[in-house]
Amino acid sequence: MSQKNSQHNSCCEKPSHEPVGIQTAARPITDVAQQNEVCCGSPPGPESSRYEKPGYALLDFVEAFVQTPAGPVPRVKTDLQWRDHAGTIRARLGINRAQHKIAPGLYCVGKPDAQAPVLVTANYKLTFDALRTELKAVSAWVLVLDTRGINVWCAAGKNLFSTTELIDRVNRTDLKKVVSHNRLILPQLAATGVAAHHVKKAIGFKVIYGPVRTLDIPKFLANGFTSEPSMRKVTFSTLERVILIPVELAHLPKPSFWVLLAAFVISGIGIQVFSFSAAWVRGMMLAVAYAVGILAGAIVTPTLLPWIPGKSFAVKGAIIGLIGGAAIVVLFQSNLQFWGALALMLCTTAVGSYLAMNFTGSTPFTSPSGVEKEMRKAIPLQALALIVALVAWVGAAFAG
Amino acid sequence: MENFRYLPGVTTLTLNRKACVGCGMCEVVCPHGIFSMHDNKARIDDLDGCMECGACAKNCPADAIGVTPGVGCASYIIQTWIKGKNVAACGSEKCC
Repeated sequence: MSQKNSQHNSCCEKPSHEPVGIQTAARPITDVAQQNEVCCGSPPGPESSRYEKPGYALLDFVEAFVQTPAGPVPRVKTDLQWRDHAGTIRARLGINRAQHKIAPGLYCVGKPDAQAPVLVTANYKLTFDALRTELKAVSAWVLVLDTRGINVWCAAGKNLFSTTELIDRVNRTDLKKVVSHNRLILPQLAATGVAAHHVKKAIGFKVIYGPVRTLDIPKFLANGFTSEPSMRKVTFSTLERVILIPVELAHLPKPSFWVLLAAFVISGIGIQVFSFSAAWVRGMMLAVAYAVGILAGAIVTPTLLPWIPGKSFAVKGAIIGLIGGAAIVVLFQSNLQFWGALALMLCTTAVGSYLAMNFTGSTPFTSPSGVEKEMRKAIPLQALALIVALVAWVGAAFAG
Repeated sequence: MENFRYLPGVTTLTLNRKACVGCGMCEVVCPHGIFSMHDNKARIDDLDGCMECGACAKNCPADAIGVTPGVGCASYIIQTWIKGKNVAACGSEKCC
């Protein structure tokens, strides 16, 4: 004992006078003695939670565990901590987005009993956060399906938020032991992947489709599980569009490297076979045209979507790209001849059109038949515009 | 969504009113509200509002609705052209 003390004296000075709890009495005497010592001036932190297990980590958003006939169920917080917000920002920027997910299974909010509603959701963390923050005044069970970290609608479209996953998850969580009713409330947008009548037949649970948006859930619950028509339709507000822009841009760095490399190489070709000064000066103009094309197709078109004329996205992007191209030509007019100006305008138009077309995948209203139709028309034209731009740009070097 | 109209006359959606049992599920699940119930049968009010998500057909217990469902996503469709339908990856880091 004294030996131990002398070993620790260099760092531990003040002995603690905290009483030793009953739960620690079974430990070896030496441990108790060590616990009484305060290391480096500050008292030790709390004991490990009894819910901690080797190899597992308790998560910030879990505030407690509720005992149920199916075992302990984590009760989650209904407000977000800084760590949740940081994760949201990372996901919105496209950083490790596929891993922004939680373990599937049964969770709860408030103080649910056997009659409390069961809300079913996806295991994408943004989805889970959106749901739990709307449940501040609600006691409910939250059944999280394994949608591989994908949101409800996209997961339903990929058959991950599916009839079989739902049936499987209800069985694996022993939900029948936890609740005494047979209702499952699903987000309406899960209907693309779940056949309500098959769920009923397989496990006896009745699927009730709730509102599209989580913020309408308290109202839906208060209204006896009914949604007003406005709660059942998707929206695509300016904010909902703008928030998608960073992910659109996150796809671009890799292809952009090759595009810019090609732009500088092509710009150097001229009467002197290859000129580094031309590659730099003219290459910069082409790079600006490319950047303006990105601005047009991936930022301006999504933001101003409903106000840009045209039904197809390729046309909308081309219009904005053309306007951007015209602006560049005015900016660089002292350095440009006709063919050079034409090349830059075609370049921004084609890039803007292509990127705007790719935004179709982020919208909640484009049909695959429609997207395919516009692509079959637009892609050949975009390719043609780029080829003409290339020829005109190299040709301008020889003409000038 | 009245501000957002996509290409008209392209959807593959069909409704067989004779087979309809009038359960109203299509009206409930459609994210664009294109169905309504009349005389205990479903009716398509706004065919061009359809985005072919397939929710109605999936939840129709009478198989009265036909649609070729899919995602209206250009980069996904490009992948199906290049790599084939089975290999094309929607998701991961690329899109939704």
